[in-house]
Amino acid sequence: MAMLHIVNKSPFDRSTLDSCLQSSKDGAAVLLIEDAVVAAVNGTSVSAKIADALSSKSVYVLGPDLNARGFQDADMIDGIKSVDYAGFVDLVAENSNVQSWL
Amino acid sequence: MMEPWEENESPVKKFMFVNRKAPYGTVYALESLEVVLISAAFDQDVSLVFVDDGVYQLKKNQSTDGIGMKNFSPTYNALGDYDINKIYIEAESMKERGLTLEDLQELTYEDEDDDWAEKSSINVVSRAELAELMDAQDVVISS
Repeated sequence: MAMLHIVNKSPFDRSTLDSCLQSSKDGAAVLLIEDAVVAAVNGTSVSAKIADALSSKSVYVLGPDLNARGFQDADMIDGIKSVDYAGFVDLVAENSNVQSWL
Repeated sequence: MMEPWEENESPVKKFMFVNRKAPYGTVYALESLEVVLISAAFDQDVSLVFVDDGVYQLKKNQSTDGIGMKNFSPTYNALGDYDINKIYIEAESMKERGLTLEDLQELTYEDEDDDWAEKSSINVVSRAELAELMDAQDVVISS
């Protein structure tokens, strides 16, 4: 069973997403919530980093947080999955452990 | 003789509010907007800057139904009615985030010196131009 990593800070403001991507193992799940959802948007200066992570990890976005910031699923990098709050709970239940990168 | 409150009429100062945070994740964006609207009551020379993650505050199509928070982005439309029409958006910040002006909401004001013609309040500036603007202020409040 893999670990679920939760990131909630904008990658343009803090380095937590970088730390998470560097300190997580292949097969891990990464969930972007709150201000971190902008990392999922296509065409930004961090998109390549996320696209690279997708080759070895699953990346999820909390949809309601994405929509609040004016973005839709169609704006996301291919391969990222959008989840609702129930999906968030499922991810926590499905993975063996959770780490919140505050 | 002048009444006490008529003496030493304070000169108009240049106030700049610098918005650097995305909305909703923290309360800075909302609080800053409220301070800006209050500042309009003091008839000062107010300008607003959106830089770094602050550019996300003006993103179109914000929909907060799913997070149970108030979508305060329509309130930026009121700035023009409060005579706050100097709005600067930093070009480099938009570019890093894959955004163009098309992705941001329009902000306008009615120019009383031009038969109340509706004009855009938004000025896209470079980092270097923003440094010059900041340097010319009396007060800079960043959040």
